[in-house]
Amino acid sequence: MFGLSRILEQLAVGWGVHPHPQKAPVAGLSIAAAPLASRFHVPLQQHIGAPGKPVVKVGQQVRKGEPIARSSANISAPVHAPTSGQVTAIAEFTAPHSSGLPTPTITIEADGADRWLELDVPPDPFCLPPEDIAARVEAAGIVGMGGATFPAAVKLSLGRRTRVQQLILNGGECEPYLSCDDRLMRERAVEVIDGARMMQYAIGAPELIVAIEDNKPDAIAAMRIAVEPFGDIQLRPVPSRYPMGSEKQLIRTLIGKEVPPNARPMDVGVVVHNVGTAYAVHRALRFGEPLISRIVTVNGGAVAAPRNLEVRIGTLVRDLFDYCGGLTQDPARIVMGGPMMGQQLPNIDVPIVKGTSGVLALTRQETPRAEPAPCIRCATCVGACPIGLMPLEIAAFIRAGDLNGALGYGLKDCIACGTCAYACPAHLPLVHYFNHAKGELAARERAKLKQEAARQLTQARSERHAREAREKAAAAAARKAAKQAAKAAAAAAATAENPEANA
Amino acid sequence: MILAVFSLTGLGIGLGVVLGMAARYLRVEESAIVAELEAMMPGSQCGQCGYPGCSGAASALAKGEAPVTLCPPGGRALAESLAARLGVEADLSGVAEAVPMVATPADDICIGCIKCFKVCPTDAVVGAVKQIHAVLREACTGCGKCVEVCPTESMHLVPVPVTLQSWRWAKPGLAA
Repeated sequence: MFGLSRILEQLAVGWGVHPHPQKAPVAGLSIAAAPLASRFHVPLQQHIGAPGKPVVKVGQQVRKGEPIARSSANISAPVHAPTSGQVTAIAEFTAPHSSGLPTPTITIEADGADRWLELDVPPDPFCLPPEDIAARVEAAGIVGMGGATFPAAVKLSLGRRTRVQQLILNGGECEPYLSCDDRLMRERAVEVIDGARMMQYAIGAPELIVAIEDNKPDAIAAMRIAVEPFGDIQLRPVPSRYPMGSEKQLIRTLIGKEVPPNARPMDVGVVVHNVGTAYAVHRALRFGEPLISRIVTVNGGAVAAPRNLEVRIGTLVRDLFDYCGGLTQDPARIVMGGPMMGQQLPNIDVPIVKGTSGVLALTRQETPRAEPAPCIRCATCVGACPIGLMPLEIAAFIRAGDLNGALGYGLKDCIACGTCAYACPAHLPLVHYFNHAKGELAARERAKLKQEAARQLTQARSERHAREAREKAAAAAARKAAKQAAKAAAAAAATAENPEANA
Repeated sequence: MILAVFSLTGLGIGLGVVLGMAARYLRVEESAIVAELEAMMPGSQCGQCGYPGCSGAASALAKGEAPVTLCPPGGRALAESLAARLGVEADLSGVAEAVPMVATPADDICIGCIKCFKVCPTDAVVGAVKQIHAVLREACTGCGKCVEVCPTESMHLVPVPVTLQSWRWAKPGLAA
C-alpha cells in the first residue's frame, strides 16, 4: 500500500528521489554536549562572501564569545572565540573542503576555564526596532545553518526592504543520515519558534510557515505544541522526498510559486531560513550569545556510537569521532554535510564550521562505486531533476568542452543536489561534470577580469609616460626660456651700465 | 595573325584598365577587423605570441596566419571570443595546459637595479633603487619581460599558486 502511494505520488510530482533515510537510530538519541577540546581552529571564512578580518594578535588572551574577526564587506560575517584561552596562531590550516587546501585560520589554545565575555543581553527583542534585530544578528556572526552559510542579517534587512510576504522556516532536512535539525526541533521547539518569530518581526513578513518533512512525526508533534500559543503560525508537513529542503523546491511545494532562473526567493516575496538559524537568533537575542556552537550529526557505518552532538565551532572532526567511541574500521570516505551534497574531506584533522550539519564516516558498503557506463539517453535524470533541467544534455556539452552550450541548457540553474547522479542507471558522475564546468566558467570570468585590469594598467602606464615626456619637454623649454631671459637681462644691464661700450 | 595579336592585346588592355579601376574605386578597407581584434587583446604589448605587440598579432590573426590560441595572457577566454569573432573552430586543447605564471624575484640575489620595473608593461613590479623588488601578483600577466632583463637571474616565473578560491574540480574521466 505504502509502495503504491509512493509510486502514485512520484507520478504526480515527478521530481526528486527517495534515498534510504539512514537516520535511525541516531535520530532517536538526544543531543549530547561534546567535551571541550584543548585547541580550536577557527577559519576566517565560514560563510558566503568576503572572509573576516582578524582583530586579535598572536599571544592575546581571549574570552569565550569575544570577536576574533570582524566582517569585512557588505556580505561577510564576524567570527567569535569558541572558548576562553590564548590565540597561538593566525595561519593557514586545512579547510573543510574537498580540495584539502589551507585557508587562513585562528588557532586558540583553550585554558579550560571557558569564561564568557560580559554579554550584552537586550531587553525584550520585540520592543527593539527591526533594524536592531538585524544588527544584532550580524554582530553575533549568524549565517545560514542549513549549509549554504549566507549571512542571515543580510537576508533579514533585504527582506524588510523588498516587502516579503512569507517567512518559511525550513525543517525539511531531506539529506539522508542527518538528524541535527530533527533533534533540535524535538528538544528545543519553543526556542526555535521564538527565534523564528524574531526573524518574522525583523523582516516584517505577515506570514510565518513552518515546513517539516512528514518522516519526522516527533518533530512535527513538538513544534505543534510550540506554535500553539501563537495562532498565526502555520505548521505544514511536506512530503519527504529529496531535495525537499532546497528552498526553491520548498517554496514551490508550499506556496505554488516558482522562483525564476537567476532570481532569489525574495523576488517572489519569500524568505527561507533554516531551523538552526532560528535557534541561533534566539540565543543571540535572548542571551546575547554569538554563534560559537551548533548541533552536528556524527554518523556513518564506521562510527562506533553515532550521535547528535552540540559542538563548538573550531573543534576538529577527529575529536568528534573520538568522543563517539572512535572509528570501528577504516572509513572508505569522510564526508562533511550529507551524503548527497556534502564535501568529501581529505582527512579528519579539519575544523567544524558554522555550516557543518554533519560529519559522516562511511564504510565501503555504504559508498558503492560502480564504473560509469555510456549514457543510453533514458532520461531518468530529466524526470528526477527538481529544477526541470536536462542533465544528460548538459553533461554531453561539458564532455565535448562546449561550456556555452551547457549554459544555454541552464547549467547556472543547477543546484548541484545530486539527484540526477543518484538516479542515473549508468552511474554517470553528472554532478561532477556540472561542478567542473561551474569552476571552469568562474576561472574564465576571473581571467577576463584580470585581462581587463592589465589593459587598464598598460593604458595608465603609457599615459603616464606621455605625460612625463611632455612635462620634461615643458621643463626643458622653461629652463631654456629662463636662461635666455637671464642672458637678455644681463645684456640689457650691461648696456645700461655702459651705454657707450657697444656704440 | 595580325587580327589575333591586336584583339588579344586590346582585350588585355581593356581588362587591365577595368581591374585597375576596380582596385582603385572598389578597394575594401581591411583594417576594421584588425582594430576590433586589437581591442580584444590584452594590450600589454608583451610579445609572448612572437609578434611585435598586440597590433601585429591582430593583423596576423585577421590574415589567418596565426591561431586564435596565440595569446598566453588572454588564455582560454580570449581564444574563445577570438574564435567566435573570426568564425573559426578553436583547438583549445593546448591552451588548457598552459599554466598561468607569475614573476617572482629571488630576494637573496636581487640587487635593486630597477631594470625590471622599467620594462614591466603593467607596472606590476614595485621597488626602488637598491631596494629589493616585489611583484604584485594581481597585476602580473606572466609575460616574462622582466626575466629577460634581470642581470642576476633573480626574477623567474612560477605557476600561480592554487588557492581555495581558484581551485576547481577536474574534468571527470570519460566513460567507456
